[in-house]
Amino acid sequence: MQKLDPNKWIDKYSDYLFKYTLARVSNYELSKDIVQDTFFSALKSAKNFEGKASERTWLVSILKRKIIDHYRKINSKKGKAEVRMNFYNEGDNDGDWLEERVPQTWDNMAEKQLENKELQNQINSCIDKLPEKYAMVFKMRTIQEIDTEVICNELEITSSNLWVIIHRARTQLRRCLEDNWFNK
Amino acid sequence: MFKKLNITCKQAVAICDKSQYKEATFFEKIQLNIHFLCCKICTKYSKQNVFLTKLCRNKSNDDKKKQISLCMTPSEKEFLKKEIEKRYVKE
Repeated sequence: MQKLDPNKWIDKYSDYLFKYTLARVSNYELSKDIVQDTFFSALKSAKNFEGKASERTWLVSILKRKIIDHYRKINSKKGKAEVRMNFYNEGDNDGDWLEERVPQTWDNMAEKQLENKELQNQINSCIDKLPEKYAMVFKMRTIQEIDTEVICNELEITSSNLWVIIHRARTQLRRCLEDNWFNK
Repeated sequence: MFKKLNITCKQAVAICDKSQYKEATFFEKIQLNIHFLCCKICTKYSKQNVFLTKLCRNKSNDDKKKQISLCMTPSEKEFLKKEIEKRYVKE
């Protein structure tokens, strides 16, 4: 049976946990808070540690909980990420490109453009311009690659809701890129 | 059967978004590709969508690389260490 050794936690795990968090919340100060919070919660529930998993695995599982809690908190603060469904099957006339902006031609949509630093900055500022709920869901799914099911459970939305949000986020990003990059 | 293969642009776009996350079913992909044969606009949308996804993934890889050098400062670690020791003794 393994035993916990909290006095060595910082030396052994703090860097790993910190990077893990930063990659997911992309905010330096916030990551520090979450890591600290994780250690304190771990201390509190140290009695429940059964030694089935390694110390690190155990800490990471607590950390994951904390990160999800963080997302949940923003979600409830901003009102639930719920949107009205109007995607599929709304009648016979529905379903062409008339009411949505038709994709314009993007010049220069070459692979090497992907490495372009200015374009990277542009996409960053476009993501920042999204409404907060959309940005949150879009980032969780696309950048952090969290599974659809997990996001739906944690934010208490349905999967069709999630896809509508993703589609709207993508539509706005496309528009933003078209206005600021491709058709400049 | 043939009716099922015929989808609207809206449905096509929805499938296209899903397939960016590898969540479109095999049948949906068939529907999508048949739709591409007769709809140039959706084909264009799809190509741009792929580009957008790659751009975002690139960005996240880039962020991760940058963050490798970032850590908590030694003084912050020291502080946290003492705090943990204090609380651990209490427990």
